[in-house]
Amino acid sequence: MAEAVRSGARSARSVVDEHLDVIAAREPEIHAFNVVLADEARFAADEIDRRVAAGEDPGPLAGVPVALKDNMCTRGIPTTCSSRILEGWIPPYDATVVERLAAAGAVLVGKTNLDEFAMGSSTENSAFGVTRNPLDTTKVPGGSSGGSAAAVAAGFVPLSLGSDTGGSIRQPAALCGVVGVKPTYGAVSRYGLVAFASSLDQIGPFARTVSDAALLLEVISGHDPLDSTSIPAAPADLTSVLDRGVEGMRIGIIEELSGDGLEGIAGDVQARLGEAAAALEAAGATVETTSVPSTVYGLSAYYVLAPAEASSNLARYDGVRFGLRVDAPTSGDMHTATRTAGFGDEVKRRIMLGTYALSAGYYDAYYGKSQKVRTLIVEDFARAYGRYDLLLSPTSPTTAFSIGEKTADPMTMYLTDVCTIPSNLAGHPSMSVPFGVGDDSMPVGVQVLAPAMGEPAMFRAAAVLEAAAPPRAAS
Amino acid sequence: MAELARLSLTDDELEAFTVQLADILDHAADLDALDLADVAPTAHPLPLVNVFRADVIGPTSDRDEVLAAAPEVEDAQFKVPPVLGESR
Repeated sequence: MAEAVRSGARSARSVVDEHLDVIAAREPEIHAFNVVLADEARFAADEIDRRVAAGEDPGPLAGVPVALKDNMCTRGIPTTCSSRILEGWIPPYDATVVERLAAAGAVLVGKTNLDEFAMGSSTENSAFGVTRNPLDTTKVPGGSSGGSAAAVAAGFVPLSLGSDTGGSIRQPAALCGVVGVKPTYGAVSRYGLVAFASSLDQIGPFARTVSDAALLLEVISGHDPLDSTSIPAAPADLTSVLDRGVEGMRIGIIEELSGDGLEGIAGDVQARLGEAAAALEAAGATVETTSVPSTVYGLSAYYVLAPAEASSNLARYDGVRFGLRVDAPTSGDMHTATRTAGFGDEVKRRIMLGTYALSAGYYDAYYGKSQKVRTLIVEDFARAYGRYDLLLSPTSPTTAFSIGEKTADPMTMYLTDVCTIPSNLAGHPSMSVPFGVGDDSMPVGVQVLAPAMGEPAMFRAAAVLEAAAPPRAAS
Repeated sequence: MAELARLSLTDDELEAFTVQLADILDHAADLDALDLADVAPTAHPLPLVNVFRADVIGPTSDRDEVLAAAPEVEDAQFKVPPVLGESR
């Protein structure tokens, strides 16, 4: 698409108009977006076309429509985090990823729905209503980046960005049948990403194909002095290594996160994982089951650590400098009234949980202990990567569940993140690749995990899986 | 806890949250099975060290633009209700 626009074979305007038509037709049913920027997108596309006509090269994503999760700051365009507390707030600056997309010639067509402040696994926690799975509108798209996943799955955009703190890119990618990548912690600048749990958050791409995801990740990666956690290294070359295959690679299936070791992994998901392993073996890799024992404790540690960091990060929503204010006679009452009215239930739950885990007397029992478990997970992964180049697991224990199915019991919702959380705790990259469907004809995702900076090998395996994946029935 | 987190809850909410939070903390008790006596805590996945940048003036935010986002402003300052006084 970008090639056609750069060469002048297609106008960026026609590409954007075509996607806006698809959005107009199905968005009312799906609700992937908090806002569609139709006029701005047409204007930006015309500008790209002018530059092509003038003989300039607008960049590797010339004219490609993209969508952004609505927790990334966009100058002059509201950024809500799908929360009442930020409704109407207009950021005075662009996130670094927004600048990099624009510099690459991409056209922003909208900002996508999410679980409020990225806290959730189904996009049902949005203050602005649920997003529906484009493949079956009675099902959730996953979360928290459900809007970004649904926008790609519905054909609204070929590319989008999400953020992943405990699986919020990979799990919705699996549930919507698209590719989703959580890069190495520090590979992509988070300047302008509204913070949830700062030691875990990472921005990454959604795409329909592995090569599109690789191209988008190359565009957004690289050092940024504005993010103190940004790795000072050049971005990895991914697009040129995709066809190198997995001949000679050693790949381990994580026993604790697959059907043999973990209750709750559905039979159809386990079956697809087995077929994916066989496909990698057929392509020349050595694949065997291996134990990474502490990964199974990741979930418990995460649901202490992430809320603890969130309770601190979300203290800034106090009705003073931006967003909602509910008036009250004193400042203290104003803070409480504003936060009570502005935050939804899941955010309140996590703020209270985090406040408790950090409070005097309980700190060692919860927060301190969870940080030690994090060390065990890092050490177990280090041992595993001494023997294997990559690891493999399901992305989500099940295919997409029904809207409303898990909202009453937060713990059952949290359990959907069990396979994705360990990579966040270790700071490692991992990605979800669609691999066939479950018994309900909904997509299954296979997760490829790699050590820090291991994206090139991870993408090579993903490309092999994509080529070997059973065709999905037309949807 | 709600008070510490500057949230106010109705009785019904209090009851529901209490049950749900207890459930989550029960799950976290799984970690008691591990021997963590000699394990160092990890706060962050990267071995970060402090760095210094050249002392060069870069672009800064526009004051009026930042103040425009605030609920209430007076004389280029954020305005809040009295900090001391009768609480409700």
